[in-house]
Amino acid sequence: MSSPTTRVTTRAMTRVIPRTVSGRVGLALLLLVVLIALTGTWFAPHDPNRTLAAPYTPPSGRLPLGADFLGRDVLSRVLSGGRSVLLYSGLATLLAYAGGLTIGLVAGYSRSWLDSVLMRVVDVLLSFPALVFLLLLATAAGRGIGSVVIASAVVQLPPIARIVKTAALEQSVRGYVEAAVARGESTFSVLRREILPNISRTLAADIGLRFTWSVLLIASVNFLGLGLQPPAADWGLMVSENRGGAALNPSAMLIPAALLGVLTLAINLLGDDMSGGDR
Amino acid sequence: MSGPAAHGAPILTVRDLRIQTAAGAEIVGGVDLALEHGQTLGIVGESGSGKTTMALALLGYAARGARIAGGEVEVDGESLLGLSEGALREVRGRLISYVPQDAGQALNPSLRIGASIGDVIRARGVEGTSRIRGLLAAVDLPNTDAFARRLPHQLSGGQQQRVTIAMALGCEPPVVVMDEPTTGLDVVTQQSVLREVRRLRQERGVSIVYVSHDLAVVSQIADRMAVMYAGRVVEEGPTADLLNNPRHPYTKGLIQSIPNHRQPTALVPMEGTALGVEDRPTGCPFAPRCPQRTDACVEALPELIDLGPGPGSGTGPDLAPGGRHLVRCLHHAATPPVEAGPALGSHEAAAARAAALSVTGLRATHRGRAETVVAAEDITFDVAAGECVALVGESGSGKSTIARCLVGLHRPEAGTITLAGTELADRIRKRTVEQRRGIQYVFQNPFQSLNPRRRIGEDLARPGRVLRGLSAADARAEVPALLERVRLPARLADRFPHQLSGGERQRVAIARALAARPDVLVCDEVTSALDVSVQAAIIEVLASLRADLGVAVLLITHDIGVVAVAADRVLVLEHGLVCESGPTGQILRAPQHPYTRRLIAAAPTLARHPGGEP
Repeated sequence: MSSPTTRVTTRAMTRVIPRTVSGRVGLALLLLVVLIALTGTWFAPHDPNRTLAAPYTPPSGRLPLGADFLGRDVLSRVLSGGRSVLLYSGLATLLAYAGGLTIGLVAGYSRSWLDSVLMRVVDVLLSFPALVFLLLLATAAGRGIGSVVIASAVVQLPPIARIVKTAALEQSVRGYVEAAVARGESTFSVLRREILPNISRTLAADIGLRFTWSVLLIASVNFLGLGLQPPAADWGLMVSENRGGAALNPSAMLIPAALLGVLTLAINLLGDDMSGGDR
Repeated sequence: MSGPAAHGAPILTVRDLRIQTAAGAEIVGGVDLALEHGQTLGIVGESGSGKTTMALALLGYAARGARIAGGEVEVDGESLLGLSEGALREVRGRLISYVPQDAGQALNPSLRIGASIGDVIRARGVEGTSRIRGLLAAVDLPNTDAFARRLPHQLSGGQQQRVTIAMALGCEPPVVVMDEPTTGLDVVTQQSVLREVRRLRQERGVSIVYVSHDLAVVSQIADRMAVMYAGRVVEEGPTADLLNNPRHPYTKGLIQSIPNHRQPTALVPMEGTALGVEDRPTGCPFAPRCPQRTDACVEALPELIDLGPGPGSGTGPDLAPGGRHLVRCLHHAATPPVEAGPALGSHEAAAARAAALSVTGLRATHRGRAETVVAAEDITFDVAAGECVALVGESGSGKSTIARCLVGLHRPEAGTITLAGTELADRIRKRTVEQRRGIQYVFQNPFQSLNPRRRIGEDLARPGRVLRGLSAADARAEVPALLERVRLPARLADRFPHQLSGGERQRVAIARALAARPDVLVCDEVTSALDVSVQAAIIEVLASLRADLGVAVLLITHDIGVVAVAADRVLVLEHGLVCESGPTGQILRAPQHPYTRRLIAAAPTLARHPGGEP
């Protein structure tokens, strides 16, 4: 029999390395995009906010990806524009999950009046169109990326709470959950030890989808001028800013769009891997 | 198409049928079978024996992940295998049809039953409500339009199963394959469905392949029986002959594992567990568990040996080839005859001891949106240390609700529960740790009672920590002893539940309850999801717990056979009320209440002597 320590390390290892080929591809792509986002600014050849050429100048030796709608270097802006995407979308997703998970678990597990109250509130929130609601919230909270992040978390919270609730409800009648209740385990312990590990796969698949949504939502709001303000470099913002010159210098729009695509693809591949699993 | 049982050409012939997984592992290997006109062939096997896979292959169908690798299936002279999907569709229903295991799941919940039956006959170009009504009448269901307009959920389990039988009969096929048609039904309903099947065979001359894990049920209906183990037929012969004179050690082990409530004796469990599809050996698949094993058994798979017409089939219509007894065992001559286990100890011995648990005037209800249903009313009983009391009743009799009240998962409306002299609070949160430790509950479904994301060892250590205040290391150190207590190897502590069989999981669940060192163990249908050989082993474990540790056991079951071999006293529940109670022997010998009598009469036993039921 192996000693406890080696077992823990091998378990931690197998948890990090995806089991399927597509999961591994997802992890590799994710690492690549994160690397670009985090270290890109160090390699940017120019100041991302300086006008260097005529608007929509096609790629050339000096500007490998050409210039954007204000004549700034697209490559430098691409290299600097990932950090805000990861930061704000990631933050919004985490916030949404923190709220949705708590509400969903409590509602799904308690099976009391609390469930009805929480879920009716969630239903009311669900009935608003997400983008309209988001704009309303962000406007009310004042301009700035902070309120956009919080607002997009609130908008995404209801569907998360629904999914978590359904999954937790299904678990709460299982024998191992009832056994824990009959042992007198605390509600927190039952939720953390018995229910959460068994719904984590469903949630892993969902979290990728939510992140994709966060990216799109925040990019749309940025485009409408409520969140990040120009001249900040941001992939989402770049796609909308440069769409007018798609014929003149397509890379100004397509490269950031492709990076956003790769990022969401990577996260969804990873999520699928974790939710599929072998057990 | 009824008529005298025509001898000669069989209506269904299976030759060298082989089914594999996509990876090439053998699920079913080289099966030969023959079914004669108007006869019933029983196919018996435990979970994983390949019986359902084979039953489906008789219709030329292979489930996902399986592939019919070779062989021949012939119905009424027409060969099925190798036909195109379209041709097969035409054959199914006309020549051979299928009654699935779980009628509740097999019927489309949003289709009225008349429409479901209509779909089957319309596919064959027959129209008309009169035909649908005729079919309903044929399976003893009300043949009214109102009934045909019902949805499946408005029918009882037995009625649903009759509808699936009516669908199978829709196009009057000469052969019907029935896969566990009574599993999941309560005994009284099971009895009536079996009667129906017998009647259909007599009146319509349908030939039946009856697949089941339940040897007792098959023995009541089959003319011939084939016993499957690890994808092979290990023994085949006329029912009475096979049961009275089993020549394969596995068949003998199965027979000895079945509790008989008419003559209760201790069960004789088999060693070991069945093998998975992936790790079947080259030799006799039963060799690892066989007491008669020799080196020759391990080297090569024994052939089916023809023992000729058995002594029990010398008379009557059971002549060759139908009367032959075949066995796949090198040492079949050495197989000892079926022996009854040792007689059971005195039932009344424990009653003199002080009560570990007593329940007085318990009343429990389920509150629905519209109405409140009384699940149990005025329940009073006690269980002494080391004693086993059984709560018997059919589904819906309130027995599980009573158990849940005891462990604090359901709040009783009235009554008291007293454990070791102290009255328990109605809610788990208000009970002390010591009280929670005192009563432990083993759940019905072993596939849902263990957390799939936790290793067995972690699960077994938890009650010791929470309920007995042990340190993590101390709780962990007890795990090997707990596993040994339920006859499992200590290495299982590192496994996850999905790596264990159903029987192993149920033993782990019992071990988890024991980790709390309980005074009372509440076992809710702990064997109903398991094969009989596994059931026998679990009953043995329970008996040893009572004898060695003095644990009081409350056994909740619908199975009269289990009660007969395991319980000292019985309470019979009908619609939430105790209708009869007393010592097991007395209740089984001389039941007073009509409900108890019906329950006992309907419980299947092995029909080991020609002539069927006693």
